[in-house]
Amino acid sequence: MDMQELIDPFARLIEDLCTPAAVRAVEAGGDASAMWDGFVESGFLDALVAEDAGGAGLSLADAAPLIALLGRHAVPLPVGDTMIARALLAAAGVEAPAGPIVIATGAGAVPFGAVASHILSGTPDAPILTEAKVQATGVHHDVDAYATGLDGKALRPIAAVLRAMLISGAAGRVMEMTVSYANERSQFGKPIGKQQAVQQQLSVLAEQAVAARIAAAIGARSGLAPRLPDAAVAKHGTSLAAAQIAAIAHAVHGAIGISEEYDLQLLTRRLHGWRLADGSEGYWAGVLGELRMAQPGKPTADFLRAA
Amino acid sequence: MFETLTLSALPPEDEAIRPALRALIAEAIAELPVHRRARSWVGFDASFSRKLGQAGYLGLSIPQSYGGADRSPFTRFVVVEELLSAGAPVAAHWIADRQSGPLIRHFGTEEQRQFYLPRICKGEALFCIGMSEPGSGSDLASVRTRAEPQEDGGWLLNGQKIWTTNATHSDYMIALVRTSGTSADRQQGLSQLIVDLKLPGITIRPIVDLTGDAHFAEVFFDNVRLAPDALIGAEGQGWKQVTAELAFERSGPERIYSSVVLIDAWVRHLEAVGRKDSATMRLVGSLTAQLAVLREMSLAVTARLVAGESPVVEASLMKDLGTGFEQSVPQLIGDDLAAHPDEPVDAELYRTLLYVTHVAPSFSLRGGTREILRGIIARGLGLR
Ligand SMILES: Cc1cc2nc3c(=O)[nH]c(=O)nc-3n(C[C@H](O)[C@H](O)[C@H](O)COP(=O)(O)OP(=O)(O)OC[C@H]3O[C@@H](n4cnc5c(N)ncnc54)[C@H](O)[C@@H]3O)c2cc1C
Repeated sequence: MDMQELIDPFARLIEDLCTPAAVRAVEAGGDASAMWDGFVESGFLDALVAEDAGGAGLSLADAAPLIALLGRHAVPLPVGDTMIARALLAAAGVEAPAGPIVIATGAGAVPFGAVASHILSGTPDAPILTEAKVQATGVHHDVDAYATGLDGKALRPIAAVLRAMLISGAAGRVMEMTVSYANERSQFGKPIGKQQAVQQQLSVLAEQAVAARIAAAIGARSGLAPRLPDAAVAKHGTSLAAAQIAAIAHAVHGAIGISEEYDLQLLTRRLHGWRLADGSEGYWAGVLGELRMAQPGKPTADFLRAA
Repeated sequence: MFETLTLSALPPEDEAIRPALRALIAEAIAELPVHRRARSWVGFDASFSRKLGQAGYLGLSIPQSYGGADRSPFTRFVVVEELLSAGAPVAAHWIADRQSGPLIRHFGTEEQRQFYLPRICKGEALFCIGMSEPGSGSDLASVRTRAEPQEDGGWLLNGQKIWTTNATHSDYMIALVRTSGTSADRQQGLSQLIVDLKLPGITIRPIVDLTGDAHFAEVFFDNVRLAPDALIGAEGQGWKQVTAELAFERSGPERIYSSVVLIDAWVRHLEAVGRKDSATMRLVGSLTAQLAVLREMSLAVTARLVAGESPVVEASLMKDLGTGFEQSVPQLIGDDLAAHPDEPVDAELYRTLLYVTHVAPSFSLRGGTREILRGIIARGLGLR
């Protein structure tokens, strides 16, 4: 299948459903059902469900551009989470509910928890579905929320890879916005992007955005049951990039970047949230370190090739 | 932006060369202490380079008719990865294999190819690069070394190069010089010449660095007479040729592996002392994870070379990120070891740490500085 035939309609769907105004409305606690119904009707929620179970049977790597689009547009609903949850549920022979499903993997805030109907925990082979009972985080306009009493630690690798893919999509958009802003905004009689100090910052932003995309692709390459080193490399790399990208983007934008009516904050708040969700760079570094040290005597380059 | 950089797998036929190559490398490094291996691409061992050449590991992208292996940049990726991760001494053939060979193949005449390439592929013709001068570092277009065209079609060379890696051991230098106009003409009027370093009028003075090594040198040209066929490529096209050459120089896996011998020595230390606390695991994992991403990025850039492109911006992006990582390694490992003052550190590991610490600034100088590379990326982003 030519993936572009899926990517283009999905991009149009998101552009229609998730305009910045619609994203803000959901973040402010507005009714998200029309937006969600649009995703349900599109059929994309079953993109990762096996073909014999009625889905499109895409691999996670195939679906990476679709998930990146969700990040790119700061879609405020758990579309990627639900895609993964529906695939795991179908494989386990459990019927999925129609509503938005989030994945809870620890005690921290669950991404999109505030707008979920159900929560997935358990393990990839034996997923457990519960109705969403969540507590607000109290963070301004947060779509994430706490869910307690669930054990979904075994879902952390796949959730981390999903978060990595979302970060990479948002990072690409932040890079483009920031570069074009630097070309438009004029100070001292010329675009700020002509200032070498600004150019050097933007080059670092670009390096990090490319690194995030490659890191996310490493995570996606081993599918819905990601190999632990792949998940670790992916979430470590994207989390590291997320914080740096957000910082540079805001620095270059000046004051307007932190204003509510400017779209940059929709993306950078998400970058920070996804960085902290399902294990930060420090958590995954620890995981990878353990894996590495469990193979004494192996040179780094050999470990990387086998990893 | 930069969407062409995607995960790219090494072809199985290239992966397959590892075992035989490893055996050759193991023999060459058997006697080398870790701090010598940490020198890797400044470690000089001409006989090892000849062995690599005889075994067919040099001139990998050069056609067989010129003595090469007619393989792809992916093959070179594998060879370089094996050499550098083991800390093998590669300096003797390094520049000829990486830059001069491909340059002569692309821009040389048939006679020049026949003359130089077979010996480069055997590891028998050693090259150095004469770009920098005392007054021309980052601003390379300002070079003043001059070659005046002579009546017989030859050239009369005068001037000075500096920081020329391996000049003292090399047979030839490929020099960027002015053949017409003045410094004010900038990129116009520059040409590349192949200079036989045994010719009269050439003086080479080694420069010792802060670690005691003398890998680079000053080279003086005093009325050096060059034959007409010293010119490589077209007269006045030197700048364009150099730009293409720098894409080769900047894109290889050497931009991520300069500190890997230190990482491995440190990990062996951790194994020996049995340190397994979570802060240590996080540092091991963080360095490993960053290198995993950099390796895939480097492979992605290599795939662009395989596709026949000249990924100038992508290579700059990769080099800046890679050298930043390489430079962070001695800083982080130094802190880790010294944060455990009661833990004995082997003197060999300490020597290696301090060697890499002292030489690390060069990682982001050689081949174009950080600021210059970021300027190239900014141009790629449409800012300049
Ligand atoms: C180990 C090593 C090996 C080398 N081998 C070779 C070799 O084989 N052949 C060869 O020709 N050269 C070689 N070089 C030289 C190398 O290419 C130069 O060091 C490099 O190009 C920088 O030039 P410079 O040292 O004169 O620094 P300068 O150009 O003087 O730069 C000094 C500082 O100023 C900054 N700067 C300069 N211009 C700008 C600008 N426009 N905007 C912002 N910042 C700027 C630089 O980024 C740097 O931080 C080698 C260097 C090293 C360290």
